[in-house]
Amino acid sequence: MSDFKLNVRNINDIHVVDIKGYLDAHTAPDLESAFSKLLDDKKFKIVVNCKNLNYISSAGLGVFMMFIEEVRKNSGDIKLSNLTPKVYNVFDLLGFPLLYDITQEETDAVKKFGA
Amino acid sequence: MSEQLIIQSRTEHLREARDFVAGLARDFGFDEEMVGMISLAVDEACTNVIKHAYQYASDKKIVIHVSQKNGAFEIQISDEGKSFDPAHIPSPNMKEYLSHFRRGGLGMHLMRSLMDNVEYKSNEKNNVVRMVKYLSDKKPA
Repeated sequence: MSDFKLNVRNINDIHVVDIKGYLDAHTAPDLESAFSKLLDDKKFKIVVNCKNLNYISSAGLGVFMMFIEEVRKNSGDIKLSNLTPKVYNVFDLLGFPLLYDITQEETDAVKKFGA
Repeated sequence: MSEQLIIQSRTEHLREARDFVAGLARDFGFDEEMVGMISLAVDEACTNVIKHAYQYASDKKIVIHVSQKNGAFEIQISDEGKSFDPAHIPSPNMKEYLSHFRRGGLGMHLMRSLMDNVEYKSNEKNNVVRMVKYLSDKKPA
């Protein structure tokens, strides 16, 4: 049984990554691979839907930090949506809301890309 | 009262470590938010051991010892890996840190934010990180 699952889908030129389960040092490489592939394919408009994310540690947060710079250099962004209060608290403890665009709903994040 | 779990130094065992401590913290009387904070601090401490003390060697041991008394929930995590001096790792200025998109090094900052007390001790044999969380009405002034 895997503790973490992800799925990538398209809404026009925006790529939505649904993440589910536990994002820690063990599972963070899965998300890292998914972001690497999107960037290799020149997909820079990314929304991460965290509706089913139960848990995140700093290893998971580190993955977002790894890619944000390159994505923004290419006129894209990594936006986060549907965070549960528990997961949001961890982002908030580290000041991530200052730097990342976090929306209540996925549709809000998609709209912000001008879709 | 005290309990102990020994895990191997592999990230696949992080969940087991979190679940072990979460169960004890819940029984001790912490609410779910606190239980989540304590198990995250344990995850961060074990991840640091795997990455830094053992440098991803997967056949080493991490000992997680939990003791509970007088409203204090104390966790000691020990390893026999490379020692390090946390005094050399200042808490980062988060705004500056984030604005430079640096990766890693957040674990210790989180542990200090989540727990009431975090101390490191190293000797020739092992390294121990000791973390304490108090039940809110038992916290020393």
